[in-house]
Formats: sequence, C-alpha cells, structure tokens
Amino acid sequence: MLIKSIKPSDSKEHQVTDEKIYLDRRHYLKQMGFLGAGALLSGNASASLLDLFGDETDTSLFKQRDLSYTPAKASAETLTPETKVITHNNFYEFGAQKNQPAELSQGFKVDPWTLTISGEVEKPFTLDYDDLYAAFDLEERIYRLRCVEAWSMVVPWIGFSLADLVKKAKPTSKAKYLAFETLYDPEQMIGQRNRRLGGGISYPYIEGLRMDEALNPLALMSVGLYGKTLPPQNGAPIRLVVPWKYGFKSIKSVVGIKFVDREPPTTWNLLAPHEYGFYANVNPEVDHPRWSQASERRITTGGIFAQNRIDTLPFNGYGDQVASLYSGMNLRNYY
Amino acid sequence: MVLSIPTDRIPLFKALLHLVLFYPLINLYVDAFADRLGADPVEVVIHFTGMGAINCLLISLLISPLAKTFKLGFLIHFRRMIGLYAFVYALCHILNFLFFEVQFDLRLFIGEIFQRPYITLGMVAFVLLLSLALTSSAKIRRKMKKNWQKLHNFTYLIALLGVIHFYWSVKSDITEPLVYFALYGALMAFRRDRLKHWSNRLR
Repeated sequence: MLIKSIKPSDSKEHQVTDEKIYLDRRHYLKQMGFLGAGALLSGNASASLLDLFGDETDTSLFKQRDLSYTPAKASAETLTPETKVITHNNFYEFGAQKNQPAELSQGFKVDPWTLTISGEVEKPFTLDYDDLYAAFDLEERIYRLRCVEAWSMVVPWIGFSLADLVKKAKPTSKAKYLAFETLYDPEQMIGQRNRRLGGGISYPYIEGLRMDEALNPLALMSVGLYGKTLPPQNGAPIRLVVPWKYGFKSIKSVVGIKFVDREPPTTWNLLAPHEYGFYANVNPEVDHPRWSQASERRITTGGIFAQNRIDTLPFNGYGDQVASLYSGMNLRNYY
Repeated sequence: MVLSIPTDRIPLFKALLHLVLFYPLINLYVDAFADRLGADPVEVVIHFTGMGAINCLLISLLISPLAKTFKLGFLIHFRRMIGLYAFVYALCHILNFLFFEVQFDLRLFIGEIFQRPYITLGMVAFVLLLSLALTSSAKIRRKMKKNWQKLHNFTYLIALLGVIHFYWSVKSDITEPLVYFALYGALMAFRRDRLKHWSNRLR
C-alpha cells in the first residue's frame, strides 16, 4: 500500500493537455524549420545558419506506451502542456537547440536497456527494460522543473523513489555519493558523434548526488510523463528528477548508478566550474555569472504574452523537505 | 562585366529590399503571438532579432567590398537602408528582452545591463548604433562634414562588439560564433589598408 503525505509545497493535478495543441505539434515544428532555413537574413530562429549544412531528421515517431500508476492528487498549479514538455528540451545528445531533441531522437531504441547499479553496495543489481516498470511501484508526481537558464515548467512525472532503489542495493558504509551516467552510443545519439550538434560537451554525460540527497523522498527515478512512458527527448527510458535542483542535475537516459566514496565529477561542472557547481540547488540569491536567478519565466500554454515571469523560490519551493540537508553549508560557496 | 541598374529603378529595388528585410520580422511576431514558435517563444524572438541585427551589420559591411571588387557601384544606394535595419533588429532585440524576458521589471533590466558583461557590451554596441542611425540622413551628413565619416567608421567596432556579445552569450558550443568571427575577419581584411593607416596614426 502506498501512503502519501501531501505537503503544502507539492503541486497537484489540475489541467489536461489540449489535444488540439498536441496534434498540431508537427505543424509548428515544421514552421520553425521553415523560419530557420528560409530567412537567410535572420540567421537563427530555431534552426541556425549552420543548419544549412543539413540535419538528419527521423520522422517516424517513437512509440510511447500507457503506464499504470498511482495518480497524483489534483493540482493548484497549472501544468505545462504536454506538447511543450516534449518539444522544449535540453538533451544535447540529440542536439543543443531546444527543438532538436524532439526532432532528432525519434529513432532511439530503448528496449533492450540495462541500468546497472554497482560500486559500494552489498547487492549490486541490474534492471532490464521490463524491470524499469515492474521492479518498483510507480506513482505520479507533479513537480516544478527549474532550468538553470531561468525558465521553468510543471510536469506530471511517473516513477519511483530513488530511495527505494538505494535501499534495494544496500549501500556499504563507504558509499557517500551516487555517480550517474547517461548512455554513450554515438550511433544513436547524433550529438555524441557531432561536436557542433552536441554543444561541445564531453560524453557520456555524468551527474552525481550525495547519499542523503538520493535518500530524500523527493528524488525520483522517472520512467514516464503525462501517463505514458518517457519519449526519448525527455530521457527515455529512465531518468533522474531532483526538483529542488536546476534541471541539468536530472540526468536522462541513465545506464549506470555507481555508489562511490567521494564527490563524483559532473558534466557541466567540468565544462564551466565557475558557472555550474556540484550542488546546483535552485537559489534566487546566487546568480549565474551571466544572468539573474532571482526570477524565472514559467512556460505554460499560450503565445508570447503568456510566459509569465515569477519569483524563483529557494530550493524551487521544496525548502520544507530539503533545506535541512544543507544546514551549516554556505550555499554561495557550494552553488 | 559591369552590372548596373538604371537610377530610376533604384526606388523599386529599395521597396523590394524593404520587403526582404521587414518580412521576417513581421512573420516572427505573428508566429510569436499565435504561439507557433515552440515551447519558449521568448527565447526565439530574442535570438532571432539579435542574429538579424548582426547579419544586417555584416551585410552592410559587405557592400563596399562587393561594389569595389565587382564594380557594382549601385549597391551603395542600399547600404544605409541595410544599416538602419540592423538598428531596427537591434532595437527589437532589446525591446524583446525588456517586454518578454524581464517583463518590464526595470530594476532587473538595468541590473542585468550593468552586472552582466556580455549584456553591457551589447548595450554599448547598441548606443553606438543608435548614434549612427540618428545621424544617417543626408541632411545631417552634410552638416557634420568630415566628422560624419569619423562617426560612421564606428560601424566596424559595433559589428565586432556584436559578434563578441553573441560569442559570450553562448552556453557551450562556439562553432557558430567562430564562423561569425571569421566572416567579420574576412570583411575587415578588405579594409586592411585603412586599418593600418589608423594604427599608424595611433602610434
């Protein structure tokens, strides 16, 4: 039996995706392509000048399956429409422009899949594709997602607590951190074989959490959104979701979780250590060197006037549940 | 081969050029208001207008090398218009940031201009470009005499600042800004004699 306690900071279900927008998404993706290629003058709308060199677009749509799960309670916060959640992605493995992952990932094969749990644990194990959906009870959780680029969404994820996975592995006393790794498969992931499309970062993408962060009930291993399995651009078949941290911590398409004794290296921290820290907790007080983090644009439905700017909350509004993890730490130094 | 167009046709070509330069902007805002620019239209309109400004600037710098190399003197008639469109796109770029990104939060707007070096740099470029736009009419040009050319030589600096601003704003992959640096370098290579002259005078 699942016992759920609802906290004031939890989001609740409220709104369903407009079917019309969903069905229309191919249309506007095409529109954006037209803008990019057609307007010589304008250089870069969605597509860049360099797109004239040609990108590969696989038009066969990835098949998502319906999932069975415990639904979340109704939400006071407006959900970001599904069509926006699945077409606005930072997943450089499939292209560094926001619209590219949805266009360049549709041929991605997620079955078979192996997620390997290893390192400082008594019971290392692997989860294959079917296990991802069967090994743990699935539940829906509506979380705010705050990108380090100062935009945000509200997403109904489906998944299981990372803590359940950790407990199953029985970490040894040496296990202090978890090191996550994304699939490395340049054959399938165009960003990994093309440096320009891949945004110039080194692969595989790696991330990490401290043990107590991983055990926090908010930390979710997600296998789906909006009632269905994850599409590739959102990190199929399994990804991390840590809603009190900037989005780049929530690593996608995970193949490995290794328990280690010291802080593991992380991709964005390696690339630009003064801009992206290991902790990356959402913090309106500590700006990114190139922009303010005090507020954010919430992406909801509607055109350019509907993208409302709202104040960013400490720990993305989840302070009640996670602030105690960092008591005594100077969050200006551990950004 | 000397290609030219009769003087009485220049207004026609100007009208066509207006269409070519203005249509993308109209199209952009129509799509933005109709929610056809993907999940985050704000990012798209800011980026689109910024790139439009840099592209217009570089095209305006291409006019005189083209005119000289290929004896296409009539092209000079279109240079001011292209330069003014660079200003229009740059103005839209800044207004997009103010209206849609920071949404009239003036404290945040001004704070970002002064606190973020790449935005400061972009703003310097814009103020310089504004001064060129304000002095672009034939009447003012005559009044300013020699000073006009001195002022309008700042276009080389503005284009450079624009490209640096673009480079600095990019999160990780710098391929595209590097292409723009190369284009800028090529355009300046045509003016190496003048650049040498200026650097000699500075010594």
